[in-house]
Amino acid sequence: MKSSISSKGWALLCLVPFTLFFFAFQIAPLVWVASNSLNTAEGWGLGNFQQAFSSAFYRQAMRHSLEVAFWSSLFGIAIAIIGSYSLRQVSSRLRDFVMAFSNMTSNFSGVPLAFAFIILLGFNGALTILLKQMGVIEDFNLYSKTGLIVLYTYFQIPLGVLLLYPAFDALREDWRESAELLGANTWQFWRHIGLPVLTPALLGTFVILLANALGAYATVYALTTGNFNILPIRIAAMVSGDIFLDPNMASALAMVLVGLMTLITIVHQWLLRRSYHVTR
Amino acid sequence: MSPAEKRSPLFHQLVVYLLFLILLLPLLGTLVYSLSTSWSATILPSGFTFKWYVALWSDTRFLAAFGRSLLVCFGALALALLLILPLLFVVNYHFPKLDGVMNVLILLPFAIPPVVSSVGLMQLFASGPLPILGTPWILVGCYFTIALPFMYRAITNNLQAINLRDLMDAAHLLGASTWRAAFMVVLPNLRKGLMVSVFLSFSFLFGEFVFANLLVGSRYETLQVYLYNMRNDSGHFTSALVISYFMFVLLMTWAANRLNKDKS
Repeated sequence: MKSSISSKGWALLCLVPFTLFFFAFQIAPLVWVASNSLNTAEGWGLGNFQQAFSSAFYRQAMRHSLEVAFWSSLFGIAIAIIGSYSLRQVSSRLRDFVMAFSNMTSNFSGVPLAFAFIILLGFNGALTILLKQMGVIEDFNLYSKTGLIVLYTYFQIPLGVLLLYPAFDALREDWRESAELLGANTWQFWRHIGLPVLTPALLGTFVILLANALGAYATVYALTTGNFNILPIRIAAMVSGDIFLDPNMASALAMVLVGLMTLITIVHQWLLRRSYHVTR
Repeated sequence: MSPAEKRSPLFHQLVVYLLFLILLLPLLGTLVYSLSTSWSATILPSGFTFKWYVALWSDTRFLAAFGRSLLVCFGALALALLLILPLLFVVNYHFPKLDGVMNVLILLPFAIPPVVSSVGLMQLFASGPLPILGTPWILVGCYFTIALPFMYRAITNNLQAINLRDLMDAAHLLGASTWRAAFMVVLPNLRKGLMVSVFLSFSFLFGEFVFANLLVGSRYETLQVYLYNMRNDSGHFTSALVISYFMFVLLMTWAANRLNKDKS
């Protein structure tokens, strides 16, 4: 009995280094941010949050964050749905190749991606010029909100395909045949069977894409050198900028960002409970 | 047959090729740009050359940044293995109930964006007992948290596949101590899975920019920070840099996939 106690003791001792590191680099910074978001010049309170929500500048940053995240997730998931579905209908050689390529491009993000887009879609970008000459577009500004949505959509696609492709397993081929036998057309099949079955997976993927876009910093920073007003840029500017530093305000905005993500997750859980579930 | 099925093969093939084209375009654009003598305000470049790659690979600042990135990433992965392996062994062998707690904890690095953690990290490590802000050490610590969720899941799956308890019981029956069994029996069985997770983690740690730029920046210039600092340089030069970086990451993921296939 004595030896089993000491082996448990050894086992607990093995957990100590991990706990220390995890606490120092993950928990402690988060606790610091959470507590200092309540730290104002006049003492402890909600002053930072009041200031964040009453300032037009910070509200614009939040709005930009939400808009870019929402539209890029929507376009990203739409392309991923169509792509994943078609990937299931082509030969396995083509499918494996494109899936592998898609997984590879998920590593193509951040600063390198921003540079690639400047070359392709910047003011003198090859694609910008081509589309202008073809008369498809009048002008395109990559450094605007629209430009950011295009760029974010690109990095959402591989993640969307990765998460959605397995979800189509839930959709059995014999259901489609049964629906057809009963006289349903393609639209009715998707409206009444396909989409309801896929809903939980679609919601889950959409939430992950939203979170992915909300927290993204490297791409937009490299593209606009921090000149586009969006939450992650505002937060970072207040702790590392040259002009004025306000770690407490940065903490409050960081908590707003974390709060938005939490809110999205809660809504997701709520929707999930109300959606149709496949019983297997 | 529904109309959707009649147009099936060709229609879906077109969609897949279009998806491939969309994903390929930025990479292809960068590749062509890195190989062209000059390319501005026209659809196609005026000529091709390797001079940007020659310039890049003979730039000592680039080579130094590349080396620093390798050092930080492999340092972080070594630390992660050193911390996660004993943890996983103990959780799986002694306290299986802790797995539930761990599965919640490892969500944190996923759920909390690096830019949020950075705010706290900058204040906590600027002074005090551990003033490592601006040194590679802070990156090693942060990268450990980034790799954690991924490595934890990958190694857990591996441990479950090898039947840890039976393996340990057998080793004990043959007279091995717990330490000896863990090192001589369990670890060799995990080797391949570990290598795969290390290679894959490497490929996303190598591209990390937020922590590198905010916590350390030019004081210990890693590859991504170097790339950012060269933004005002020739676009052809930075393109050569982007392609070289991507090729290297590709090599790592390819190696991981090869290892993965060998296993089955």
